[in-house]
Amino acid sequence: MRPSLESFQDAFVAALFDAEPSEMMSLTRQPGFAVYRNTVIKGATDALVANFPTIERLVGTDWLQGAAAIHARLSPPTDARLLYYGADFPEFLDSFEHARDMPYLGDVARLDLLWTHVHCADDEPGIEMSTLAHLASTDLASSRLTPRAACRWIWLPDCPAYTIWRVNREQLQMPEELNWHGEGALLTRTAGRLHWQAASAADCAFLDACAAQLPLGLAADRAIEVEPDVNLENLIVRLVSANAFAAANPGLPF
Amino acid sequence: MKKTLQIGAGLGLKPNHYQDALDCAAKGLWFEVHPENYMIGGGPRLAWLEAIAARHPLSLHGVSLSLAADCPPDAEHLKRLKTLADHVQPMLISEHLAWSAWRGQYHPDLLPFPRTGEALRRIASNIQCTQDALGRRIAIENPTHYLKLDGHDYSELDFLTELSESTGCGLLLDVNNVHISAHNLGFDAAAYLDAFPAKAIMEIHLAGFSEDPGDSTLLIDTHDAPIAADVWSLYTRLIERIGTRPTLIERDDHIPGFDVLLAERDRAQALLNRGQSPRRAVAI
Repeated sequence: MRPSLESFQDAFVAALFDAEPSEMMSLTRQPGFAVYRNTVIKGATDALVANFPTIERLVGTDWLQGAAAIHARLSPPTDARLLYYGADFPEFLDSFEHARDMPYLGDVARLDLLWTHVHCADDEPGIEMSTLAHLASTDLASSRLTPRAACRWIWLPDCPAYTIWRVNREQLQMPEELNWHGEGALLTRTAGRLHWQAASAADCAFLDACAAQLPLGLAADRAIEVEPDVNLENLIVRLVSANAFAAANPGLPF
Repeated sequence: MKKTLQIGAGLGLKPNHYQDALDCAAKGLWFEVHPENYMIGGGPRLAWLEAIAARHPLSLHGVSLSLAADCPPDAEHLKRLKTLADHVQPMLISEHLAWSAWRGQYHPDLLPFPRTGEALRRIASNIQCTQDALGRRIAIENPTHYLKLDGHDYSELDFLTELSESTGCGLLLDVNNVHISAHNLGFDAAAYLDAFPAKAIMEIHLAGFSEDPGDSTLLIDTHDAPIAADVWSLYTRLIERIGTRPTLIERDDHIPGFDVLLAERDRAQALLNRGQSPRRAVAI
C-alpha cells in the first residue's frame, strides 16, 4: 500500500536523523538523501554560529560548529525564525563534556541570547528622569515601573561571565587576571543602538520584581534582601538612566 | 509612487549591503527578503527593512510555511507574516512547493514529497488558507530535486498547473532549480521551461550552484556562486517566450560586494530591457 503523506513525512524526518526506516530505503540509498541530511543540519548549525558570536570568538568557528551540530541533532529548531534558535544552547554548553574547562561558556551564551532579544524587541519609549521626579513627589512605594521590551538583565552568580562577554563583544584583549565572582548584566536599546553595563544582584532583583508587576516598595525590599546596604536611590536613577523602563500608559495610573 | 515604476531585475537583500541597497538608484531594481528574518517586534533590523521598502519595491519570499506538510500552516506564523506584509507592503509574497515544519520541529530545508492526489488537495487547501489569511495571491516556487521518488501521480508541471488553477495562486519559476533538477533527475530543462504555464509566472529566480563536494555527480542549489552560463541561456530562452517578469538574483553564501551583485543584476536587467514590449508585459 502506498504511504499517506503523513506517514511519508514521519519516515522522512526519522531518516533525516540517521534512522533507516525500511520504507525509506529506496531514498536513503540515493546520494541525494545526504544533501537533505547535510542541509538540515547545516541550516541549524549556521544559525547557532550566527546567534552566538561571542562563543565563536572564544572557542573558534570549528569548535562551535562541532558543538552546534551535536546540539542541532539533540534539539532541532522549533521556530522557523532561526534568529531565535538556541534558547537551550546555554544549558547544553553547561553540561557539554568538551566544554568542561570553560565553565563560563553557558553564561556567556546566555548573554548572547539577551543581545538578540534586545536587538529584536518592540520599539517602545522609555521614561525620562523627569517622570521619575514626578513619581517621587507622589507615593513612590506603591507606584509600578515596567521594564521595556528592549531591556534584559541577568544575574550570573558563578563566574565573571559579563566581563568575559563584554571584552569579547567589544573585541578587546582579555585581562591577565579575572576576579572570579558572580556578575550581572543589563542590556538595553536606545535609538536603535544596543548598550550594556554591569548590573548588581540588587539591580537584577529589583528589575525581576518590576517585571512581575510588584510595586516599587516591594521591589526595593527584594533588592535589599540580596544586598542589605544597597543605595536604592542610586539604583533607580541608574536604571532609569539606562532606559530600562517603559513610559507608563498615560491612560493608566502608575 | 514606487509601485508604478517598472519592476525589472532585483537582488536578495543582505544585511551587510543595507546602506548600498538603500542608496542604489538602478532602474528596475527591487529587493527580496526571507520574511522569517524580519518577523520580530522592532529594532534596527526591522527599521532597515522599512527604510528599504519605502525606497524600493520589496518581495517577501518565505522558506518555512511548509505548505506541503500534511497539516495546516502554523497560525502564529501566518499572523506574523500578515503583520509584516501590512507593515512593509510587499509587491509580491511567495513560498515553496515543499515542506520543512513537521510535528513541532522546523527542519531548515525544502523537503520533497510524492505528488499524489492527496498531496494536491492538502497543498491547495494550505495555499488557499494562506491566501485567505494574507488577503492576497501568493506565488509558489518549484523546488530543487535531489531524489528519485516513487509514487508520483503528477508531473511537477501538471501539479503546479493544477494548484494555480484551483487556488488562483501564481508561480515563481526558479530557472536554476530547473537546471539543477534536470541534471540530478535526468530530464530536459529546456523542455520543462518551454511547457511551464507562462501566464501564471509572477517572478523568476536565478542563482548559482555547486557540484557535490562528495562522491556523487549531483549539483547542489547552494546560491554561493555567480549564475552559470547554462542558466543564463535557459533564462534568455524563457523570457523570449513569455516576455518580461520580475527577476531575482539570489546569493546566500560567499556573498561578494554589492557592486558585484549589482553587475550580475544589470545583466538580467539588460536581457529584460531587450525583451521588453508593452504587449508582452504581464501585470502582477
